[in-house]
Amino acid sequence: MQPNPELGETAYIAVRDLTMAFADRVIQKDLNFAVRRGEIFVVMGGSGCGKSTLLRHLLGLQQPTRGEVLYAARSLWESPPSERAAILRKTGVLFQSGALWSSMTLIENVALPLSQFTDLPPSEVEAIARLKLALVGLAGFEEYYPAELSGGMQKRAGLARAMALDPDILFFDEPSAGLDPLSAKRLDDLILSLRDNLGATIVVVTHELASIFAIADNSIFLDAESQTIIASGNPRDLLADSTDVRVREFLTRGLHDRSGRGLRRAEEGRV
Amino acid sequence: MFSPNDGQQPGFPAESAAQAPFVDVRRDASGRLAVSFGGDWRIGSALPDLTPVHAALSDRTPQVLVLAAPRLSAWDSRFLTQLMGLADLAESRGITVDTAQLPRGVCSLLQLAHAVPERMDTGREPDDPSWLAAVGRWSQWLVRDFRDLLAFVGEATLSMGSVVVGKTRFRRVDLLRLMQDCGAMALPIVSLISLLVGLILAFVGAVQLQMFGAQVYIADLVGLGMTREMGALMTAVIVSGRSGAAFAAQLGTMNVNQEIDAFKAMGISTFDFLVVPRLLALISMMPILCLYAMLMGVIGGAIVAVAFFDISVSEYITETLRVVQMRHFLIGLFKGLVFGVLVGTAGCLRGMQCGRSASAVGDAATSAVVTSIVFIVVADSVLTLVFNRLRL
Ligand SMILES: Nc1ncnc2c1ncn2[C@@H]1O[C@H](COP(=O)(O)OP(=O)(O)OP(=O)(O)O)[C@@H](O)[C@H]1O
Ligand SMILES: [Mg+2]
Repeated sequence: MQPNPELGETAYIAVRDLTMAFADRVIQKDLNFAVRRGEIFVVMGGSGCGKSTLLRHLLGLQQPTRGEVLYAARSLWESPPSERAAILRKTGVLFQSGALWSSMTLIENVALPLSQFTDLPPSEVEAIARLKLALVGLAGFEEYYPAELSGGMQKRAGLARAMALDPDILFFDEPSAGLDPLSAKRLDDLILSLRDNLGATIVVVTHELASIFAIADNSIFLDAESQTIIASGNPRDLLADSTDVRVREFLTRGLHDRSGRGLRRAEEGRV
Repeated sequence: MFSPNDGQQPGFPAESAAQAPFVDVRRDASGRLAVSFGGDWRIGSALPDLTPVHAALSDRTPQVLVLAAPRLSAWDSRFLTQLMGLADLAESRGITVDTAQLPRGVCSLLQLAHAVPERMDTGREPDDPSWLAAVGRWSQWLVRDFRDLLAFVGEATLSMGSVVVGKTRFRRVDLLRLMQDCGAMALPIVSLISLLVGLILAFVGAVQLQMFGAQVYIADLVGLGMTREMGALMTAVIVSGRSGAAFAAQLGTMNVNQEIDAFKAMGISTFDFLVVPRLLALISMMPILCLYAMLMGVIGGAIVAVAFFDISVSEYITETLRVVQMRHFLIGLFKGLVFGVLVGTAGCLRGMQCGRSASAVGDAATSAVVTSIVFIVVADSVLTLVFNRLRL
């Protein structure tokens, strides 16, 4: 992948020559891609290829071994701490594990970012928090603690917290993992409406083919073996044009899938 | 329905029906080694000796190893691992392995096990066990630990500074709950320990003082001992075991659950939100607990003096009031304050440093207590020396 100067102009998030490693073990190297403002950007790849690690780098939780992450052309790591905090304040994140604050109830979880970063009166903070919980289908569970919820419910609560401040940029790490097909579909609708109605830029890590085809404007495909991006672009174009067998297998759920069920499923996702 | 003579329930073959596992090795003229398995190859059955197979594989190396199991009655992962062991051995000798004659289930599981090649770039090697490496690792850890401590103290100071200026980010309810946990909830154990320490001091001193008929000075000993030294020290030790360990465990668990990451990713300072209220709770509660511990200690001393050494309550009180002056109290309270800061620092530092596993949380709690106690004793020695030199 060559850095694309053309994209650089409109890029909201740009990743330049990023190399990620744990101690001596390189996870991914020389990553270059850009996320445009207002698009849904999907990160795909096999389990363990470094998708969550990539998100940690985008969020400033882990320092790049090499390369940089730019938000609107400002480098995340080179900026002074105050500016970095300002950049991050525009982001919301759903971690793969949910990562809800276990000592707080759901409504407190969602309300905390609001009360930290706005001057809204408590009643209004609470109203907004209730709305966000209702959006993810958790109305009525406001006073529950995270430990009292199922895994999928925790995921959805995490989503509500990520959306608390109506951030410009949302990062979702496998939002639909652990959700039933109907909830997953509702989640896709929610993600689409966040983009369309609030103009949010959304980076989603997901394996759900149906989701990928339903929501993605753009995508990259990470590969563990070659430790880099092996394909990028709109997943439908990738499905149509990509010659890379790894990408095709992923997008069709394995060409060798005997019944061809995978192919049909993927096609369904298009409508 | 169920008759005792019914030898075999459907689907549950009786244990006795299990056939002992056996293995058959044959070599044909074309250099093929045929190994066929039979009987029950499951976890829990005694496996036959495989050395004949190994021997056949190594002498007059055959070209093809044919695995078959025509008379296999039952199998599980045990069978698979044995097969894989043989197959690996054969492959390392350059022998082709033919698994076509194995049952289909066995074949497909073997294929699955080999479907994803082993990752060789995982960069994990066993630790170098030599003592030199251990010393090296340990010193690296020590340097890193010290740097962490400095960074932590720096950040905590900045955050506490902004509290002094009046900017707080934590929730008041969290602070109140922490104060209750560190303060009020510690009262019973502090009462008990301080009372007993007072008793012990009194007894130890009284035996000596009695030789000179100076029992009344028990009040001096206990009063000064508790206010200047033991009140703060014992409270600090108790608090480090209760609150210091609790802080480390709380923050450590939050680290494990990525809750800390969630704060950071949201731009909420973990120092402002998590560390500061904990430090504030300890700093505000420690002096009060110390004061209480001093009082309980003096009462303990009084009990001994009155009950065993013929001193009246009023005598004891008068003597205590005569000898214990304001500065002794203040010294004790100051120590309590310092110890509170140290316990809070150690607890929060260890919690924030915590790794990503359940055992790491346990280690963090243990380490918080050990670190606090080391800090406390060192600080106490220094302070005692300083106050002594200042003639306070
Ligand atoms: N804290 C860590 N220390 C060392 N290695 C790590 C750590 N976290 C992750 N890794 C390694 O980094 C690689 C990528 O992990 P990551 O969690 O980013 O995968 P992923 O693509 O999100 O996978 P999944 O789809 O299963 O969530 C893994 O191979 C893992 O072993
Ligand atoms: Mg992941």
